[in-house]
Amino acid sequence: MTIKRRDFLAASAAAAGVAGLGIRPGFAQAAEPTYTPEPGASLRLLRWTPFVKGDEDAWLANTAKFTEATGVQVRVDKESWEDIRPKAAVAANVGSGPDLVMCWFDDAHQYPDKLVDLTELANYLGGKYGGWYDGMRGYAARGDKFIAMPLTAIGNAVVYRDSHMKAAGFSEFPKDTDGFLELCKAMKAKGTPAGFPHGKAVGDGNNYAHWLLWSHGGKMVDESGVVTINSPETLKAINYAKALYETFIPGTESWQDINNNRAFLAGQVSLIANGVSVYYAAKKDPALAEIAADIRTTNFPIGPVGQSVELCQTSSLLLFNHTKYPEAAKAYIKFMMEADQMNAWISGSSGYCCQPLKAFADNPVWTADPIHAPYAKASEMLRPNGYAGPLGYASAGVMADYVLVDMFAAAVTGQMSPEDAMAEAERRANRYYRV
Amino acid sequence: MTTVPTTQMTATSTSWLQNNNVLGFLFMLPAAVFLVCFLTYPLGLGIWLGFTDTRIGRDGIFIGFENYAFLARDHVFWLSVFNTLLYTSVASVLKFALGLWLALLLNENLPCKSFFRAIVLLPWVVPTVLSALAFWWIYDSQFSILSWSLMKLGLIDGPINFLGDPTNARISVIAANVWRGIPFVAISLLAGLQTIPASLQEAASLDGATSWQRFRYVTLPMLTPIIAVVMTFSVLFTFTDFQLIYVLTKGGPVNATHLMATLSFQRGIPGGQLGEGAAIAVAMIPFLLGAIMFSFFGLQRRKWQQGGQD
Repeated sequence: MTIKRRDFLAASAAAAGVAGLGIRPGFAQAAEPTYTPEPGASLRLLRWTPFVKGDEDAWLANTAKFTEATGVQVRVDKESWEDIRPKAAVAANVGSGPDLVMCWFDDAHQYPDKLVDLTELANYLGGKYGGWYDGMRGYAARGDKFIAMPLTAIGNAVVYRDSHMKAAGFSEFPKDTDGFLELCKAMKAKGTPAGFPHGKAVGDGNNYAHWLLWSHGGKMVDESGVVTINSPETLKAINYAKALYETFIPGTESWQDINNNRAFLAGQVSLIANGVSVYYAAKKDPALAEIAADIRTTNFPIGPVGQSVELCQTSSLLLFNHTKYPEAAKAYIKFMMEADQMNAWISGSSGYCCQPLKAFADNPVWTADPIHAPYAKASEMLRPNGYAGPLGYASAGVMADYVLVDMFAAAVTGQMSPEDAMAEAERRANRYYRV
Repeated sequence: MTTVPTTQMTATSTSWLQNNNVLGFLFMLPAAVFLVCFLTYPLGLGIWLGFTDTRIGRDGIFIGFENYAFLARDHVFWLSVFNTLLYTSVASVLKFALGLWLALLLNENLPCKSFFRAIVLLPWVVPTVLSALAFWWIYDSQFSILSWSLMKLGLIDGPINFLGDPTNARISVIAANVWRGIPFVAISLLAGLQTIPASLQEAASLDGATSWQRFRYVTLPMLTPIIAVVMTFSVLFTFTDFQLIYVLTKGGPVNATHLMATLSFQRGIPGGQLGEGAAIAVAMIPFLLGAIMFSFFGLQRRKWQQGGQD
């Protein structure tokens, strides 16, 4: 065991580029924690099915390196991304199952007492790598205590056809919401419209609805968790959404997550918001070479609130109390988050996974292709889903019940007046924030 | 001395085994254990959860009727009740009418009779998720084959908004459900039609009954017990439908196609509120019991079938 431990320390130290100092962590970094895997330890990690193959390859290669260095076997199981939430919750509830889970959004705040405190490790990593992004930290921390390890944000950006934008009379992409509306109007007039989902699209629908709300200064709840959705800012957001909706291709109120990609790649729409996957889908298919060359990406325009604000899918690593090998698990998390592994993983996922720590923002993947650039900012501009209130059961419930998505959909389709849609959203949100 | 008790014991156990009641009980035991474990227990647990505030990841405490009181004030819940009733009633009536019609056609002497009977079952055999995905493409707002065909024929200018408009969406999901449910009704009724003795039809013909009269006064009364069973099942399946809606709309647009089953799932699993999700599911039970009672007392009127008075 001693040998294994020494091997591990040497390996992780080498990986961190401070060979020789790892054996005496005191010299390397004042607060560098060391975790010695328990004898005979083995771990199980449950993760979401990767969106791109390179993500999985890099993660497994890093894991293999960890096993080689420590002798700790790590089994990595995959589940489709919508099934992670219930599985993680059940594991927390029954106290068995995977030791580690890559969870989504505010899952950690649903059962904070079932999770191992990772504050020491998180503070060390934060200090070493330029600090955590606020939004990422918000999902994983309660006050000063880290109940999970921030892992990644899945970037979301506006994807458009350059030639269609130019044909509509715009030489460059508008930076603000007013200019964006003008662009969408002009593109509609040219027969190359935009399209954003107003249907029950778990990812894209929520991303779009939260951007509409936040860019206009609206918020679901205030800092103390009081529902404040019924506000003049929200009304502005709804009216803007109505105007924008007029410029869309018809039928977006039934769109689910996949529809915008499909319509974009078929040439039916020329402006959507999506992960980088739509670009790779076009690039892979020789028949779509023309579209791939014409694709440009940019961040969502800035609204009256004056800054970029988006939701973005966010993932954190959970370590459950029920694990038999907490030290091995912490060693694994530490190993995976250190520069060599984290950089390899970010590169491998080709712009899909954005760094949680600021020092990794200079990863070469972000400059390897100009298409990747906007996705590099995901972690910087994201806000937790229950903004500006505390995360937990209510924030998760409101989003799972599509309260915000329904509010915009009801108003833009004319089923409800903007005022009624706001009041209805307030009533529905209050059901969750009642206690 | 020692042999006496043994003989007595053997005699006792033999006589126990020869007792019909005991033997019957023993034979029923495996089935009863199965039913208790896989039906009664989950049902009981579901009802119990409905009275608690259990969330995924946290045990709940008993809160009485709070979930139900809460749902009673929830517009989305009442909308889902309305949607479920509309969906079930319209789809069941259509499935019955079209299924009966198909059964009558298949009961005639057609060429390649077995081929047609086999092919009619296809929609029922295909897994629901697969047929739902096919319908998802058929109803796509951009790539619908229906819209495309009608546009090529020059009948419409733009694609039909099948799943984006509340009325269209309701019609679309009902149509998909009817397509899928017809074979079950048709094949079951066909089986029923074949049990009707040809002599009765012949006797009625000799008495000068028209084909409508033969249907109305011979076929239909003889078919009623089967209709009752088939339609009970059909109503139950439709009322608890989940997959079709979940693939096509997830309950959208703006909850216009949310059924009680889909709402129960949305709140219970992704939303994490097992207690409220269970309460919605339990709220379906009175409707289901009502449907069963109606079929039991309303349609299975034996006296009437046997020519007596109601």
